[in-house]
Amino acid sequence: MKSALGTDMLLVRKRQKEKVFLVLATLALLFSLVVLFTLIIDAFLDGLPRLNLKFLTSFPSRKPEEAGILPAMVGSIYVTVLTTLFAIPLGVGSAVYLEVYAPKNRLSAAIEASIATLGGVPSIIYGMLGLELFARVLQLGRSLLTGALTLALLVLPIVIVSARESLRTVPQSLWEAALALGATRWQALKDQILPVAFPGILTGIILTVSRAIGEAAPLIMIGALTYVAFLPRGVLSPFTTLPIQIFNWVSRPQKAFHANAAAGIIVLLAVTLSLNALSIVLRNRLEKRAPRTL
Amino acid sequence: MKETQRVLRRAKKEEAFVRHLFFVFSLVAIFTTLGIIGMLFFESFLFFRKVNVLSFLTDTQWTPLFYEKHFGILPLLCGTFLTTSIAVLVAAPLGILIAIFLSEYATPRTRNICKPILEVLAGVPTVVYGYFALLFVTPLLKRVIPSLAGFNALSPGIVMGIMILPLVSSLSEDAMHAVPQSLREAGYALGSTKFEVATKIVFPAAFSGVTASFILALSRAIGETMLVTIAAGSMPQLTLNPLVPVMTMTAFIATVSLGDVPAGTLEYQTIFAVGLVLFLFTFFLNLIARRLRQRFREVYQ
Repeated sequence: MKSALGTDMLLVRKRQKEKVFLVLATLALLFSLVVLFTLIIDAFLDGLPRLNLKFLTSFPSRKPEEAGILPAMVGSIYVTVLTTLFAIPLGVGSAVYLEVYAPKNRLSAAIEASIATLGGVPSIIYGMLGLELFARVLQLGRSLLTGALTLALLVLPIVIVSARESLRTVPQSLWEAALALGATRWQALKDQILPVAFPGILTGIILTVSRAIGEAAPLIMIGALTYVAFLPRGVLSPFTTLPIQIFNWVSRPQKAFHANAAAGIIVLLAVTLSLNALSIVLRNRLEKRAPRTL
Repeated sequence: MKETQRVLRRAKKEEAFVRHLFFVFSLVAIFTTLGIIGMLFFESFLFFRKVNVLSFLTDTQWTPLFYEKHFGILPLLCGTFLTTSIAVLVAAPLGILIAIFLSEYATPRTRNICKPILEVLAGVPTVVYGYFALLFVTPLLKRVIPSLAGFNALSPGIVMGIMILPLVSSLSEDAMHAVPQSLREAGYALGSTKFEVATKIVFPAAFSGVTASFILALSRAIGETMLVTIAAGSMPQLTLNPLVPVMTMTAFIATVSLGDVPAGTLEYQTIFAVGLVLFLFTFFLNLIARRLRQRFREVYQ
């Protein structure tokens, strides 16, 4: 009897510990949710009064109430489109090479190691590479092209890794069927494998675009301007982007410029968060998670 | 017959072309890596011809743009250490709690709601976090700690912790998810409760994966630039006080490049010397994390 009572007590205590844990875990989740919403609401409260058509279609100005984000938005669109144009063929091509063609040798191992290393390099160091290689050595200056090439190198590991993952999810039987019918590996890829892997690759691309739009540090390094009173003319034109314009406004002491920054943040968040949401929805449709191994 | 041969020959040519093209594409990764390492070492070499390595590592002042120049990286390391350790102190406990909950307790439905929200947190651009730290969190903290300076390590540190939280929770959760079900069932068979299985079996079994997630998060925090440039200030100080302005390595690099420094000058080379230190830190942290995760995979897969 006595020992049974002791066991009961022990169980009760165990249940209590579990309850404490569950409460703490729920609080942790709630905390991250609250932070996310506070951040969004804070930006809306500060920036919404400034957000109007004139703000979206004006050039920056010394007077905060006249300033707008037109060149920053246009610059962001140009840089992102160019970055994607460089990064997607390079990334998907590399992924296909590594998954399908690469022989098991030292060179392939070196490529793998490089990709793993690049994934961990801070974005500002890519900016330094862009400054040294594209702006100086290749004489491209502080241009849109320099910015896009730099960002393309920055997002390349992300594109490669996500494209490889989606290529791996394609059933082996599809390969075997195509090859058995006499297709070359490229024919199999082009007509069978890539179409099946496409939604997965697309998810990675959307995340990449979202990352490129929000990136500021490498562009500051290569000298993207913080005050631009013109729209970019061609790929060799100087430029600014939305995150850089926001950074510029945040760093000023005047409150009125902070309101401009907040209004810019609303626009930036609207774009990046909806891209993120889109990629999550896409992925959830695709992904059936592997069950736990026994 | 001839027609078939022609088609076959063309298919083979295409195949060879594509294989070579994609091979060249994949070389870009190697050249980028070599380019980064080469550039950092080359410019740092030029820097260290003018500045003594020993004084770079031991001098306690960092004033490269002043008349009386000091090139001691310790104050910058100190700033980086302060902000990143605060970030990890915030992200690690929250991340583990969330990971255990999502992996062992949450229904698939709950998990499908919670994980995307965490991912959205990771998708917020870092300038936005900078704005939030400087203009929301710092004023909020000032009400509790009146001595807090307008620029400080505490507020960006906390916000950075929230920024890297999804990294910790999702990688830790992956590690726990990969722990074999048989281990759990063995625990239940011995009469363990769910909580005991989660904390005394799954968590220790996934420990190397969880550690790897901390290290990756730390490395991400060290390289984070905009958040600390906006909210931590630009005053290199050898201090462990989180309430005063500091300057991180990344903030120094960003601030100097805002000022348009001409190439070839000592100021220009300074950012590469600091960049080299930054690169070495993140490189070795990532290497350790990769090794840990590999070991974890070898054991359970």
